[in-house]
Amino acid sequence: MTYTWLYAVAPAGPEPSPPKGAPGGVADEHPRTVAAADLLAVVGSVPDADFDSDALQRHLGDPQWLERAVRAHHRVVSATATGGRALPVRFGTVYRDDDRVRALLAAHADDIRAALSDIADRTEWGVKAYLDRAHPDGADDAGSGADRPAGDRPGTAYLLRRRTARDRAEHALTDAAGQARQVHLALSGLADRSTEHPPQPTEATGVRDPMLLNGAYLVHRSRAAEFARTVEALRARHGPALRLELTGPWPPYSFAALPTAGDGAR
Amino acid sequence: MSTPAPWRGTGAVPAYPGTSAAPQPANLADLLERVLDKGIVIAGDIRINLLDIELLTIRIRLLIASVDRAREMGIDWWEHDPTLSSGDRRRDLAAENRRLRERLGELEAARSQDAREAREAGAGAAPEPEPVDDDRPARKGTRRRREEP
Repeated sequence: MTYTWLYAVAPAGPEPSPPKGAPGGVADEHPRTVAAADLLAVVGSVPDADFDSDALQRHLGDPQWLERAVRAHHRVVSATATGGRALPVRFGTVYRDDDRVRALLAAHADDIRAALSDIADRTEWGVKAYLDRAHPDGADDAGSGADRPAGDRPGTAYLLRRRTARDRAEHALTDAAGQARQVHLALSGLADRSTEHPPQPTEATGVRDPMLLNGAYLVHRSRAAEFARTVEALRARHGPALRLELTGPWPPYSFAALPTAGDGAR
Repeated sequence: MSTPAPWRGTGAVPAYPGTSAAPQPANLADLLERVLDKGIVIAGDIRINLLDIELLTIRIRLLIASVDRAREMGIDWWEHDPTLSSGDRRRDLAAENRRLRERLGELEAARSQDAREAREAGAGAAPEPEPVDDDRPARKGTRRRREEP
């Protein structure tokens, strides 16, 4: 027996979003479509033994399984939903069978169509800002005050140096955080919608500088070039304090909540 | 440079508009925060009760960070501290550290000398002091050169 894993929902138009040639899904299955109410769901059949609540819960505790499955989900969604043609669906949305998916499409067709028009012709960009410690302003003279005649008290001199440097670093951090706000505001002005993810921890980024902004921006195709130019301009303007990193284009994950979230299990 | 686990897409990704800089490929942290939403919000018929989001986050971090990197970040954190990292201060610290070790060595020598004399005098009344571990990571770290950018 199989369950039905949901990847994305698209309008059933003259140009449907076929998973034709799409990569294998979370269970290495071939994605297919299920249609109802002029909507098209991109789905995959997954073995129920591996995807019932208990099994899924267990799998989610396995980092290797999680990474492989999340990447597979993303590949299928990307093949379908890039460019604002479809609503990406969160990882882990599973229905008992195709009929349940058809019922979902029919019952929430209006909401889904509204959500689809919100993201139509739009794509998601990510902009992260890191504190740039390579250029802390004036850091080079941080130690100059420490050469006071404290030679016989190296511990005290060390602590003083350390305190001065820490004050400076705190100031630089506060200043950079303010600049990160400005970056977010400027980019939000070009986006139809914007949101922020929590800053990623240093262990996750592999970058030792703290992340001060982890923004996501839903940008219309007609403004994509302007958005990119603006990122470049902001990079130049805030360069001494911030390092900006652009990611994307993403399927509009951060802006496309399936209107029926949680519906089936309530 | 900043994506520990770069992933090349399916090729269906449109060209990055209007600039020479190529977009970063999707890294796992970016992906997870998007497809898993806030922790995990599950729709559909199959309900996953993942209240233990903290735990999931920890697993995800472990998944993303290479073990070596984590070890480096965890153990050698002082090497990444900008207040300790630039050349002169590092040398100062190394010298200071050497002086402290020498001083510690003198004290330890004096102490064990005292202990020996006490034992000889009092027929073993004073216990032998524990040997001091001479190879603690903090000392190694200050001697080690930090990687240059």
